Amino acid sequence: MTIPREKLEDMYRKMALTRAFEETAMRLFSLGKVHGTAHFCIGEEATGTGVCAGIQPQDLIYATHRGHGQSISKGMNVDRMMAEFLGKATGVCKGKGGCMHIADVSAGNLGANGIVGGGIPIAVGAALGTVMQKIDRVVVCFFGDGASNEGTFHESINLASVWKLPIVFACVNNCYGMSMKVTASMNITDIALRASSYGIPGMTVDGNDVLAVYAAAQEAREHASRNGPVLLVLNTYRIMGHSKSDSGAYRTKEEVEEWKRKDPLKRFVSTLLQQGLFTEAEIAGIDAEAAAVIEHAVAYAESSPEPSLDTVEQDVYA
Amino acid sequence: MNEITYAQAIKDAMSEEMRRDPKVFLLGEDIGAYGGAFGVTRGMLEEFGPDRIRDTPISEAAITGAAVGAAMTGMRPIMEIMFSDFITIAMDQLVNQAAKARYQFGGQVSVPMVLRAPEGSGTGAAAQHSQSIEAWILNVPGLKVVAPSTPADAKGLLKASIRDDNPVVFLEQKLLYRKKGPVPDGDVVIPLGKADVNRPGTDISIISYGRMMERCLQAAEELAKDGISAEVMDLRSLRPLDTEAIVSSAIKTGRVLIVHEACRFGGFGGEIAATICDSEAFFYLDAPVRRLAGKDVPIPYNKYLEAGIVPTTEAILAAARDLAK
Ligand SMILES: Cc1ncc(C[n+]2csc(CCOP(=O)(O)OP(=O)(O)O)c2C)c(N)n1
Ligand SMILES: [Mg+2]
Repeated sequence: MTIPREKLEDMYRKMALTRAFEETAMRLFSLGKVHGTAHFCIGEEATGTGVCAGIQPQDLIYATHRGHGQSISKGMNVDRMMAEFLGKATGVCKGKGGCMHIADVSAGNLGANGIVGGGIPIAVGAALGTVMQKIDRVVVCFFGDGASNEGTFHESINLASVWKLPIVFACVNNCYGMSMKVTASMNITDIALRASSYGIPGMTVDGNDVLAVYAAAQEAREHASRNGPVLLVLNTYRIMGHSKSDSGAYRTKEEVEEWKRKDPLKRFVSTLLQQGLFTEAEIAGIDAEAAAVIEHAVAYAESSPEPSLDTVEQDVYA
Repeated sequence: MNEITYAQAIKDAMSEEMRRDPKVFLLGEDIGAYGGAFGVTRGMLEEFGPDRIRDTPISEAAITGAAVGAAMTGMRPIMEIMFSDFITIAMDQLVNQAAKARYQFGGQVSVPMVLRAPEGSGTGAAAQHSQSIEAWILNVPGLKVVAPSTPADAKGLLKASIRDDNPVVFLEQKLLYRKKGPVPDGDVVIPLGKADVNRPGTDISIISYGRMMERCLQAAEELAKDGISAEVMDLRSLRPLDTEAIVSSAIKTGRVLIVHEACRFGGFGGEIAATICDSEAFFYLDAPVRRLAGKDVPIPYNKYLEAGIVPTTEAILAAARDLAK
């Protein structure tokens, strides 16, 4: 493996930040500090991080409602992200979007979507704009297994394939769309098979192995920038409930426990340690740093003002 | 008489209708083991089984079309759209198919289906999960629209909707799901198209529906202290609309305040106002018909902003006092 040490460190840092963000966000919830809901990506960190590590800084992403890890991995400022989560004026969307609509256009994150499948056609449009303006960049569209049953998924892949657009359709298959098991929502076992209907390549990777995701994303990006769309399926698992209102009645504790043992962070750490690339102390240092960064973000968010009611009509033009 | 929640009343209506008529069934996302995003269908899978409580993939267009087709061929589907905002994806099947089939085929078919969807803000779910969408649907001939404000109305109107031979969009009020109210025992069906005067009065008519009813009634209580007698009318069913009740109330009081949560521009309040102004009630008006509605903005996430864009009890009170001057 010839991945530079800084790259590995950056990937682990993003995963650790994501985990710390999610755990902290959950704590803020239980303290009653959040008005709304949230979708956590614990257990899925390798997908956002691996994909964003495998693309270029000028590339664009469209995130999902479960997009904290995708956003952090694309280089989002976590202070302003946490402030948005708490609905503050300093939030990246001025407190108007909340955590389902995190966007940071300056970091190439064109926004998370609350409509399942709602971001897929928009990403196709961004890829079209890329080609028409002759820009060297690729668009990555994240969406879930459940979203691949929406019409927008099929229409968008078809359109992108006939126009050969530079887009990677990154499907985070976390085994469930809310309570519906992926095996009950579709009659195929590998979502990547859907690519063949549209004449584009489909790739399936172990979404809990960040290095595998990283390698696949690089390959998918390369293909997309030269030959058009790729469907990249990342198989993983949602450890937490769907959102804050999930009793988990549709799956067994054993199943969740089994996947907890496949924790993508622990797995990455053991690879890094085994290969002698990092010491335990170095890993602990990154973890501590991530915790401090998130702690700072909470302090920033909590000390930030609420948006004034005068701003409610800002950006309303019709 | 039983005190039950709005959610329970809706579940009871569906369960009783399913026991009565084997053609009634449910389809939608996460309505089975999960019990629906707001818990409305909890326990129904256990009673009726997966054949009649059908969990679907996330495919609103297909869910709606499947309901239309099943309805056209002898079934009586009740479909759920998890948040009314997602009705956009179902819109072709609802608007161009369900609403049109009976008419465009010269009366050969009918489409006895109910589309249930929760609407409204106040949960911190932001712009794509908080809208009040009735105006989008109300402009379509061929669709009935119901928006109950109490558990009793929810139950009785849902029963009527299920028994109706035509498509009904049943808009549930998210923030009312956990509210309790008295619901009469037995098979009580409330016909569509009948408004309910919750509180009779003589000085001013406050006309509303859905979640805003509670605030209108609170305002009326306050107005009474000032010696202003407010009549509060719950439309309940928006299409068919009880034009007669609206007009006669306007004639009686001569002053009308219309209140809804949905945004104002192109909102249903305009239709109610026009109904009054188009009628003989116009000659009895002592003041212009007023509308209080949600601000014309996407629903913001921040809780203060979110609360600041819908009519408050204070705003209703102020508008009513002003009108009654
Ligand atoms: C059009 C639409 N339908 C339904 C929902 C409600 N909903 C939100 S997330 C979700 C599950 C999505 O599943 P998947 O695409 O697999 O993403 P995951 O939540 O598993 O990350 C559902 C049904 C929605 N937000 N938008
Ligand atoms: Mg999923």
